[in-house]
Amino acid sequence: MTIAVAMSGGVDSSTAAAILAGQNSVDAGGEQLRVVGLTMQLWNQRRLPVLQGGNQSDVRPGQASGRCCSLDDVYDARRVANFLGIPYYVVNYERQFEETVVRPFVEQYLAGETPIPCSRCNTEIKFEQFVRTALSIGADSIATGHYARVRRDEAAGRYRLFAAVDPSKDQSYFLFGLTQEQLSRALFPLGEMTKEQVRRIARERRLPVAEKPESQEICFVPKGSYRDFIDAYLGEQGEERDDQGGEIVLSDGRVLGRHQGVHNFTVGQRKGLGFATGSPLYVIEIDRAHNRVVVGANDELSKKSCRVRDVNWIRLCCEGQTVEARVKIRNKHVAAPARVTTQPGGEALVEFTDPQRAITPGQAAVFYDEDEVLGGGWIAEAF
Amino acid sequence: MRRVYLDNNATTPLAPEVFEAMTPWLTEGFGNASSIHWYGQQAAAAVEAAREAVVAFLHAQAAEIVFTSGGTEADNMALIGVVDAAKTPGGSKHMVTTAIEHHAVLHTAKALEKRGVRVTYVGVDPSGIVNPDEIRDAITPDTVLISVMHANNELGTVQPIEEIGRIAREHGIPLHTDAVQSAGKIPLDVDKLNVSLLSLSAHKLYGPKGVGALFVRKGTQLRSLLFGGGHERDRRAGTENVAGIVGFGAAAGLAMRTLNEEPDRLAGLRDRLEAGILQSIPSVRINGDLKRRIPNTSSVTFEFVEGEGFVIAADLRGLACSTGSACSSGSVEPSHVLTAIGQRPEQARSTVRLSLGRFNSREDIDGALKVIPEVVAHLRRLSPLYPECAAKSDGAGAALSSAPK
Repeated sequence: MTIAVAMSGGVDSSTAAAILAGQNSVDAGGEQLRVVGLTMQLWNQRRLPVLQGGNQSDVRPGQASGRCCSLDDVYDARRVANFLGIPYYVVNYERQFEETVVRPFVEQYLAGETPIPCSRCNTEIKFEQFVRTALSIGADSIATGHYARVRRDEAAGRYRLFAAVDPSKDQSYFLFGLTQEQLSRALFPLGEMTKEQVRRIARERRLPVAEKPESQEICFVPKGSYRDFIDAYLGEQGEERDDQGGEIVLSDGRVLGRHQGVHNFTVGQRKGLGFATGSPLYVIEIDRAHNRVVVGANDELSKKSCRVRDVNWIRLCCEGQTVEARVKIRNKHVAAPARVTTQPGGEALVEFTDPQRAITPGQAAVFYDEDEVLGGGWIAEAF
Repeated sequence: MRRVYLDNNATTPLAPEVFEAMTPWLTEGFGNASSIHWYGQQAAAAVEAAREAVVAFLHAQAAEIVFTSGGTEADNMALIGVVDAAKTPGGSKHMVTTAIEHHAVLHTAKALEKRGVRVTYVGVDPSGIVNPDEIRDAITPDTVLISVMHANNELGTVQPIEEIGRIAREHGIPLHTDAVQSAGKIPLDVDKLNVSLLSLSAHKLYGPKGVGALFVRKGTQLRSLLFGGGHERDRRAGTENVAGIVGFGAAAGLAMRTLNEEPDRLAGLRDRLEAGILQSIPSVRINGDLKRRIPNTSSVTFEFVEGEGFVIAADLRGLACSTGSACSSGSVEPSHVLTAIGQRPEQARSTVRLSLGRFNSREDIDGALKVIPEVVAHLRRLSPLYPECAAKSDGAGAALSSAPK
């Protein structure tokens, strides 16, 4: 059996590779477990040079670093693979990544939503493209450094997805979109571990990246400045939009000021409104239809329900029913009790027991039963 | 797992005789070839003996050989050196080259363009050969250099250098040829080829990496790239890589001794490989002129197969080969060479290069012929584009009912 490990050069995926490579086990067919490391080249960090703080002629090769998947990270992943003695390849998905992750990211922001590209990357790239590559090179499964757990339920004949043992690192939220086929090919060696355990293993095994700091941001957005990214990307594509300005209004329709583009705002945002008022004002809603940003007081931010579209059910439990579940509306949100009712068209209605703050269209609503991911979808609107 | 190396155009193993020739110069023969004392004299003599071997290899003269750090430096030196030294009445300068050159020539040409030199990139026909008349038509009053590679590294096709050289001479323009891939596979004679400059790389002919040479015909005006000590008759500064140069000389000598039988042996193996591929795999195409090419290279397009996936899958089964050239692996852009012969991007992405060498045997070819059809069949089964009926027959890796092209 051959496993293709997705290696980003970070501590997590490197440790996952080390765990698998060290197993020396033999599979059911008597074959040695074989581990192959691959890095996915997803985005050329030097592509939008204005984001590096210079112009085209200023950018030197090897200079772009500081976030995932730069040249430095490929170098690190290769070093770890060489250290572990496993074959190592780099595969290029720049085209697919731009098409299925970057473009939708930009367009969703322009449409007034706050997207999570990482979830889309998982369903389109890491567990789709990468699985295809893995199968084509002769591997049977892929492994990643995700903190999550997958289990086979023989009785139900299905794969089930669970949160990781370490709640502070749990990434199951980003994996809600995985299909049964994708889950059947996925291995998560870190799911049963805490981050401290992973670091300890990395140190014990003397991995070259054991002390490397983590990258927390969206991999293609430098320094978390998504606004700069959107402007730079649109500029590069020749699609700058000059007419993005619109009104900032209160919920009763009174106009407070102007904005320079709805993509500069996200629900719950307090800063950047361009003016100071007596009491704090927050973005409550982005009204794309009228190109307006609606602001209001803190208590207006909390809503009880949301409509969720494109729901992916991992556990077959709930079609045509209402279930009690705990629902997360952001990765760092504590899952809150709610009723989830399936709706026609692959949608669901989520009604929280208590109002939740800043339910944001574009984010994912993921439904949990204890630590199991039942499914999830994209938040379309909150009310 | 049995490993078979079919990527000799990327690099070749060091021949045992070459290694033996080199070792004394890595141990007791450590002198600096420029030193006056005994140690230096020994080293200098070794360098000159190697130079003589390259002279014989090219049918040139000792003063015309400049040792470099490899083929890339030789190409850079030829282009930049000649263009910089050239003087034209109006001051403007122009260069003619082809669309299928190695990046060491193409990127140097691009760099020259940034400095104000005009460059014409002449295309090739679908079989990968440039038309000498098109070179002639591209010449202008301020053309100072023509550079056309001898054998292309991806297709193996051999360009009509002799004829282009005649045209160049008529116009009084120096002709440079990158002979990195042709050296050792077909005979080289700088007079027969009508060239003023010629690039060589040792590691493509069973010599070490890090050493090459530029042939510069007497009378050719050339500016140096590297300044420092007056090495290589003031043309290329830098303490000589004695062991490397000795290895290069040994490799050149070895190539001369085998030029009678080796090309035929390689052609036989390559033809066996191609015949086997064509027989067992449908929807396959061999690229480039089948006759006017070096005897060891096979550029194959496997429809519905991702070349990158093929190379990795093959490597995991012990077969080493490449897509396009080694330098461009992992990039998104399709090969400029395959694009120049008219391949669409999806065809270029499905093209693989197999290049044989001295250390390949018939067993290697037969071994490759077991792996290649399996990998192709496996990849096609996974491809959503491969026709259903064909996919089923491919299950056994056998030929289809439709005759392969």
